[in-house]
Amino acid sequence: MIALIDYGAGNLASVRKALRAIGAEVFEPAGADGLGRASAIVLPGVGHFGSTAALDAVWRSAIRGRLEAGVPFLGICLGMQWLFEGSDEAPGTPGLGCLPGRVVRLPDRTDAGDRVKVPHAGWNTARAIPGTGSGRGVPGLEDGAYYYFTHAYAAPVTAAAAAVTVYGAPFASAVRRANICGVQFHPEKSGAAGLAVLRAFVEGARS
Amino acid sequence: MTSATSTFARRLIACLDVRAGRVVKGVNFEGLRDAGDPAALAARYDAEGIDELVVLDVTATIEDRLALARTVSAVAANVFIPLAVGGGIRTVDDAARVIEAGADKVGLNTAALGDPALISRIAGRFGSQAVVVAIDAKRDGGRFTVCSHAGRTPAGWEAVAWAREAESRGAGEILLTSIDADGTQQGFDCLLTAAVSDAVGIPVIASGGAGAPAHFVEVFTAGRADAALAATIFHDDTCRVRAVKDTLRRHGLPVRL
Repeated sequence: MIALIDYGAGNLASVRKALRAIGAEVFEPAGADGLGRASAIVLPGVGHFGSTAALDAVWRSAIRGRLEAGVPFLGICLGMQWLFEGSDEAPGTPGLGCLPGRVVRLPDRTDAGDRVKVPHAGWNTARAIPGTGSGRGVPGLEDGAYYYFTHAYAAPVTAAAAAVTVYGAPFASAVRRANICGVQFHPEKSGAAGLAVLRAFVEGARS
Repeated sequence: MTSATSTFARRLIACLDVRAGRVVKGVNFEGLRDAGDPAALAARYDAEGIDELVVLDVTATIEDRLALARTVSAVAANVFIPLAVGGGIRTVDDAARVIEAGADKVGLNTAALGDPALISRIAGRFGSQAVVVAIDAKRDGGRFTVCSHAGRTPAGWEAVAWAREAESRGAGEILLTSIDADGTQQGFDCLLTAAVSDAVGIPVIASGGAGAPAHFVEVFTAGRADAALAATIFHDDTCRVRAVKDTLRRHGLPVRL
């Protein structure tokens, strides 16, 4: 059973619908102790980083415990950003900090001085980075495929980056470290390419 | 470190104008006629490669409005691409209802003109990415006048000024419709689109007037649109989504294929 964590940050219904469409069994734990029976955890989210403050000390401790126990984890958009130390969008709200680095605002100019519309809203390609992080990347992520993004803040390209996308500047469009995966794009809104990422995560959690 | 670059696609959006659970389409905002089942059309466009869907409720009655949530659920059921819903959204609760039914974004038009703080309230609850401010504008000499109430009533704003105001209040995107061009199939109003797109830092979706693939090339180049929306030409099979994308690609404009 996949635990889908509801912390009031938007796209829960869409993620639940997409996971069920690919045959996953999903439950929404009422409290952090419900994570104990999860074979995998999905942390969705869209919108403002400040809304991750709802993941209080009890949730943080429970999620950290499950991550250390090796339970497969997928963070989506805000759910991925939350894995980092924090975000300039809400400086007073700490991230989980299991990946080093801070989330910063996308630039509104390229290095060449061309104007860039922010938020980054639309379909962009993710370029997979081979051989970094755990060495296995994010399962189901296809190098060069289009995914749907909608965000104004983005994670830095660090050793944890499993894919890079350029919008004004390069950012980490996917991260991977051991059992922890994250994607900045919305797999639940990225058509067949997005469902492939969710399907690979669900199948990985079963095996 | 990688040297690979990524490719940001020009977005094509299909609009489903819905009344009482059916898709309708008019010319110059009037003369509505039936154009099909929303969920079936949505599934067809998705299969053809549309990048995003808009469901616009063009009804006026309470009964039909209550049907909107069911229509949104039906459209969202088997389609895994972004979905925006607009028409008659006046409160945060209205927005919550369609988002719960499966919308990713809400479109605000007349209600935002009457109460611009509504933009901030909905953005504060769901994030700016969930708020699309729809602007219906028509030419008035050298200016572009914003109209409310489905294009019937001058709203007292010039289009560029209102777009800037909407951005400052937290809109994530602007959906800009030319009342003059809408339904004519004679091409987008590229002057209007460029004026607004240049004035704001958020994406602008051009709407109204699409009649041929070449019109999309124009609005993405001369019009500097970030996305383009059409209804009639896709409904009537005047041109297929794929044909538009092929034309864009031939002109060096990246698309998701």
